[in-house]
Amino acid sequence: MSTVHRRLLTGNKAMAEAIAQEMERDENVFVMGEDVGAYGGIFGSAEGLHQRFGAERVRDTPISETAFIGAAIGAAAEGMRPIVELMFVDFFGVCMDQIYNHMAKIHYMSGGNVKLPMVLMTAVGGGYSDAAQHSQTLYATFAHMPGLKVVAPATPYDLKGMMVSAIRDDNPVIFMFHKTLQGLGWMDQLDYSVGHVPEEEYTVPLGKANVVREGKDVTIVGIQMTMHHAVEAANQLAVEGIEAEVIDLRSLVPLDKETILNSVRKTHRLLVVDEDYRSYGMTAEIAAIVAEEALYDLEDPILRLAVPDVPIPYSRPLEQAIVPGVKEIRKAVEQLVRH
Amino acid sequence: MSIPLEKLKWMYETMVKIRLYEETMVQVYMEGKNPVFNIGAGTVPGEMHLAAGQEPAAVGIGAHLRKEDTVTAPHRPHHNAIAKGVDLNRMTAEIFGKETGLGKGKGGHMHLFDTDVKFSCGGIVAAGIPHAVGAALAAKMKGKDWVAVAFIGEGAANAGAFHESLNLAAVWKLPLIVVVEDNSYGISVPKAVSTAVPFNAERASAYGIAGYYVRNNDPVEMYRVSEDAVKRARLGEGPALIEIETYRYLGHFQGDPEVYRGRDEVPALREKDPIVRVKSLLVEEGVAQGELNAMETRARRAVDEAYQFARESAYPHPGAALEDVFDLSAQ
Ligand SMILES: Cc1ncc(C[n+]2csc(CCOP(=O)(O)OP(=O)(O)O)c2C)c(N)n1
Ligand SMILES: [Mg+2]
Repeated sequence: MSTVHRRLLTGNKAMAEAIAQEMERDENVFVMGEDVGAYGGIFGSAEGLHQRFGAERVRDTPISETAFIGAAIGAAAEGMRPIVELMFVDFFGVCMDQIYNHMAKIHYMSGGNVKLPMVLMTAVGGGYSDAAQHSQTLYATFAHMPGLKVVAPATPYDLKGMMVSAIRDDNPVIFMFHKTLQGLGWMDQLDYSVGHVPEEEYTVPLGKANVVREGKDVTIVGIQMTMHHAVEAANQLAVEGIEAEVIDLRSLVPLDKETILNSVRKTHRLLVVDEDYRSYGMTAEIAAIVAEEALYDLEDPILRLAVPDVPIPYSRPLEQAIVPGVKEIRKAVEQLVRH
Repeated sequence: MSIPLEKLKWMYETMVKIRLYEETMVQVYMEGKNPVFNIGAGTVPGEMHLAAGQEPAAVGIGAHLRKEDTVTAPHRPHHNAIAKGVDLNRMTAEIFGKETGLGKGKGGHMHLFDTDVKFSCGGIVAAGIPHAVGAALAAKMKGKDWVAVAFIGEGAANAGAFHESLNLAAVWKLPLIVVVEDNSYGISVPKAVSTAVPFNAERASAYGIAGYYVRNNDPVEMYRVSEDAVKRARLGEGPALIEIETYRYLGHFQGDPEVYRGRDEVPALREKDPIVRVKSLLVEEGVAQGELNAMETRARRAVDEAYQFARESAYPHPGAALEDVFDLSAQ
């Protein structure tokens, strides 16, 4: 009889392990950001790295995002492989010129001559009353700009495997990790923020969606928290006899159209769920692709669930009213299937 | 002593009120977060940055400000707000996420806006400084002698917005005063690790403006240099930069494991408590114990009333989440 060895790690430890293994492997890899040193990153993304690799390779920065994110670009152009942390994605505003006009465009503007092998890792997401300037996901804001790979893993296994891929990628990668999926002791304790993570290095490709639950009646596309909510909703719907297929998008750019289209061709119904704003967002992009390429496979209009176009409010009942959860997904699917 | 007794009394009572407010919040914040701490749970969810120990910065300059003067503050705003005279009931209700709050529960503790006393704050480091520049510009354009004060932490003095704002206010000679509260840390990062010069006040010379450094969390010295800076700003002599060495008794936020400082650091800081120092000054000036007690009682009552008001207020209706994105009043 064989025993299955399960090595359980939280999301943050999985990420930090990927970074540590890549730092061992390649001396050009280094980390910088606010509180990534002794503190290990406010959301634990750099846990233990400073103790292991020292202050030269794991650098606490001043609160100077333009300077240190710009410096990551400059160092990457010199062949270093910086991993730079923007503590909350919401702080992008102070350094967006570096990200939008430089990190994203230099490769193209140089005719492919300048490579920027860098990772910008950043915490996203709300649901814990951190209000309008600390709760956004902003997936679409980054995915909109050509030249950036944008990934958003949802499980410890993918956090590790996709971080390794991101570090090894010669393109600039925005690596979004969801605060609630880091498995931190001071946040909501969710079962899916802990999972099996092999100790040895492995990669999970950037740009591949994952069918996390198979079903024949409806396709639900989600990302990070909305994917986990979709799985829970699907499990409840199964009791009512509705079998939903759930796709974890994992990567916004490159976008795995094929996995989505194949699923819709099978189920003939689509619901897209996002924790980002509704207009001009991920839900609109996927709905448009399916309308363009699989319209005649659909039996019903596409449904979208996302944050209505309002900033994230602080008060708990207000925030709960606008962030799509299990209940809203379930209702939307019932509407789709039983109309 | 270089400070009118009435001002010193106001500073004392306000410091006591701030301290009681923050100490009460330490307790209230933990309601519903026991035995397992969960930042999103309880009476007051979300991040909570408290300013116990940092009262001197707020009251030292606050004693010179009027209702028409503008104050912007960062993520650690309660002391600045209380010293500016923000409605304590509505501020507390906002922090509780209630519909009677300053922002009807939409803003929360980092996003308090009280237009009556021209106070605002925000969660993006250094972002309030340019807003104060704009308030100072408006005062100048309107021909008023109002001033604008931007409070920031020492960590914010490394943000581009700090330097751009000082330069802009200097070339336009605006009535702006930036107050840097140097509590030694930006979250876990010590000032010496993040900042190229030991004193941010020295950076004033880079913009040709007045720079002041206040040592030892001293409220009286803060009062004195603020008097100078505010007077000059009102007379149209341009901006100033004041840095005060201050102490953060609590974690960066409530729940901070504080792995970056020794266990004996805060007790040593508390030995030099500024409230105790001001109280003994008042005693030296002959203020009777009875009057001191009355001030403390008034402060306690204001704080208790604010928390009670917040508790008894209702949560907003969920549908309210969709309102206030745009101003529709003209339509
Ligand atoms: C632009 C931006 N970067 C980073 C942060 C995260 N952050 C919040 S408070 C803080 C430290 C601020 O330090 P300091 O200015 O000294 O103020 P203190 O907290 O000590 O009062 C940081 C890095 C932020 N809110 N905004
Ligand atoms: Mg500080």
